[in-house]
Amino acid sequence: MILDGKCPSGPLAEKWSRHRNDLKLVNPANKRKYRIIVVGAGLAGASAAASLGELGYNVEAFCSQDSPRRGHSIAAQGGINAAKNYPNDGDSVFRLFHDTIKGGDFRAREANVYRLAEVSNSIIDQCVAQGVPFARDYAGYLDNRSFGGAQVSRTFYARGQTGQQLLLGAYSALSRQQAAGTVRLHPRSEMLDLVVVDGKARGITVRDMVTGEVSSYAADAVCLCTGGYANVFYLSTNAMGSNVTATYRAYKKGAFFANPCYTQIHPTCIPASGDYQSKLTLMSESLRNDGRVWVPKQKSDNRPVSEIPDEERDYYLERKYPSFGNLAPRDIASRSAKEVCDEGQGIGTSGRGVYLDFADSIKRLGQDAIRERYGNLFEMYERITGEDAYKQPMRIYPAPHYTMGGLWVDYNLESNVPGLFVLGEANFSDHGANRLGASALMQGLADGYFVIPYTIANFLARTTPGEVPSEHEEFRKSREEVDALTKRLLSIKGTRTVNEFHRELGRIMWDNVGMARSQQSLERALQRIPELRAEFWEDVQVTGSGAELNQELERAGRVADFLEFGELMARDALQRRESCGGHFREEFQTEDGEARRDDENFSYVAAWESKGVGRNPELHKEPLEFEDVTLAVRSYK
Amino acid sequence: MDLTLMVWRQKSADAPGKLDQYAAKGISREMSFLEMLDVVNEGIVKAGGDPIAFDHDCREGICGTCSQVINGVPHGIEERTTVCQLHMRHFKDGDTIYIEPWHGKAFPVVRDLIVDRSALDRLIQSGGYVSVHTGGVPDANAILIPKGDADTAMDAAECIGCGACVAACPNGSAMLFVAAKVTQLASLPQGRVEASERVRGMIDKMSDEGFGNCSNHYECQAACPKGVKVSFIAKLNREYMKSWF
Repeated sequence: MILDGKCPSGPLAEKWSRHRNDLKLVNPANKRKYRIIVVGAGLAGASAAASLGELGYNVEAFCSQDSPRRGHSIAAQGGINAAKNYPNDGDSVFRLFHDTIKGGDFRAREANVYRLAEVSNSIIDQCVAQGVPFARDYAGYLDNRSFGGAQVSRTFYARGQTGQQLLLGAYSALSRQQAAGTVRLHPRSEMLDLVVVDGKARGITVRDMVTGEVSSYAADAVCLCTGGYANVFYLSTNAMGSNVTATYRAYKKGAFFANPCYTQIHPTCIPASGDYQSKLTLMSESLRNDGRVWVPKQKSDNRPVSEIPDEERDYYLERKYPSFGNLAPRDIASRSAKEVCDEGQGIGTSGRGVYLDFADSIKRLGQDAIRERYGNLFEMYERITGEDAYKQPMRIYPAPHYTMGGLWVDYNLESNVPGLFVLGEANFSDHGANRLGASALMQGLADGYFVIPYTIANFLARTTPGEVPSEHEEFRKSREEVDALTKRLLSIKGTRTVNEFHRELGRIMWDNVGMARSQQSLERALQRIPELRAEFWEDVQVTGSGAELNQELERAGRVADFLEFGELMARDALQRRESCGGHFREEFQTEDGEARRDDENFSYVAAWESKGVGRNPELHKEPLEFEDVTLAVRSYK
Repeated sequence: MDLTLMVWRQKSADAPGKLDQYAAKGISREMSFLEMLDVVNEGIVKAGGDPIAFDHDCREGICGTCSQVINGVPHGIEERTTVCQLHMRHFKDGDTIYIEPWHGKAFPVVRDLIVDRSALDRLIQSGGYVSVHTGGVPDANAILIPKGDADTAMDAAECIGCGACVAACPNGSAMLFVAAKVTQLASLPQGRVEASERVRGMIDKMSDEGFGNCSNHYECQAACPKGVKVSFIAKLNREYMKSWF
């Protein structure tokens, strides 16, 4: 099937405003008759639930955390992009659009990206009005900083915790709607199924994570804002609770999953210290401004840093990319680290690490200057590793961080299942094959505050409210399916823990579907994942019952989904016989090791349709057409 | 290193709870405290038992989910550190560690080390916001904010809503939590408009929810993993007085 993204016609800059004029509206008096389900309470979910509540819709919101203030958007450090051009340095909506689509290696939908850039300014206005304490200069104006992939300063920030402050802004708007009674929030609730009636999304089935009770909610539309799937790698910078279950189960109910192989590996994270490691912590990319990356030239060199003279060090980024040096883009810096470690030059007990050395900068600028720039990061590093990075180099290694793929949506953020909308990291639409820094927060809030309130009205205006009641047969069936799965997980009583399976899956994914992929590695993954899945269903040990708070059971369900989803990722990576952005196929590189895109054959969105577990999914394509940008090779030499 | 854990186990809100003893063996110094608990839990599951339930999520000290009283101190003895950022190198071989859930009348136990902190959400719902609709707001630079005020707002906004301040307070007071939100919004022109309603609404709600009052113990500041200062409580009191005039 050739998919239609339903992009409006007309000049790029006018598409969104024209489209808004064409969208149908819902009469204010009728809005309360419509019930909308919002799943997830990160930036996308909280902003959507709050905005839809303000408009007068009846909103049922769900999150797995104990409070909507804890969605994983809270961990974003750097900032949020907008095309305000406050510094007068030449920024514009077009430039933000162009940087984003180029950063995504020309694998995103042009009209969506332009709209994202267009509404970016409204996001900053909205957040300031909510009381988000962005950084300001001494005259009281908002301050901006620069970020990777751009030549202008367009990033707004609140110290090193922009994500936290933006999320708390959205959370406060949501709290206001809860007080007003337009939004009913269900915390500690996990969505375990999408209910589809006659081809339309009509509700969800959730498990109350405290009592274990499984219940269904009917609605006129469902919005999934459930984030990304980087935890398929077991170790990632994501929160422990981040998972693919909501989007994957929607996929199993007919929603297409787009570009699952597009994953972003962040180059500067603290390396794993042992098998017990539960997650990886990101250190802001800005450290590469003053740190030099190196490994010993000699393999397995265990000497302390002070005993390795300069001529025996390999500053490999400076050597390979003389003009960008230590500031090479994320994907290139990550891959180079992997290469030197594969060569046996890695440092630390595991050999999977490289040095990020500030000695030269400290000598040049003094320790105080470095402390002023990065003091909080050095503190965080010391808290975790017990090492003082002023005295010895930091140890870093790449880690899975963000996933550009997600459920397929059209320009209205509606999936191929009518009535199912997907927002934020959970959809695939705006970042192509690679996301630029400070763009994830922008997209989550754009979708929730400024896109969904318009596009969902157009859908609801053509829907009779409450058409399908929650007593409908399909809801009962959905609950039975969920109960059956729980029962099955609890009845295996095997010998290996859920974590052991997850760790094993993570190793398979990291080694074969990670930073560099090849036909051989992907075929290996496609063979090994189903085997591991079979072992899981024979030998997993999940204790306790379904009728109580049971964290092992929660994890078991999520890992069961990852064990199917990993296969889909590998399959997608295998069919994409090109390298682009975060997807690097070893067979498709230039002579000097850069990604080689194939625009003639692969300029499309790959959207997969589930045909059931163990059966090959069907690939549908949405061709990507570029009217306003010229496709070019990204060069960072 | 080998450790002895004394962990609060409680099946549900109504069930009686008690401290159970566990052996944590072969713990490495590099592990985080929660990774040490993961190892203990793996052992419990392998033996067919119910693992220790505890809240945690981001494991990088910002989401505010983790919540354990370690040897009598919320988040443990390390300054400005959440449980998830506490590492085992601060303990030594042979130590006995007591692990309990947050204390406080307003925080009923859900299971083991997990408590119900929804009272904090209800405090925010009682006024901890600016009543602005999406859209129709002025340009972000239309209202200038002196840097000092913006910095004060940000200092207060550091709060991660973990509830350690309540757990540490002998009165089970949420004054520091409320003070942080009131100070953040009262320092900004956007928040001034509703300052009186906000502070009164939140103070009233605090009593309704069963939180105690402040009697200047400063335990909240000592326990706060983000260094939120008790001086904000003075600001809260001033705002409260002002709201009546």
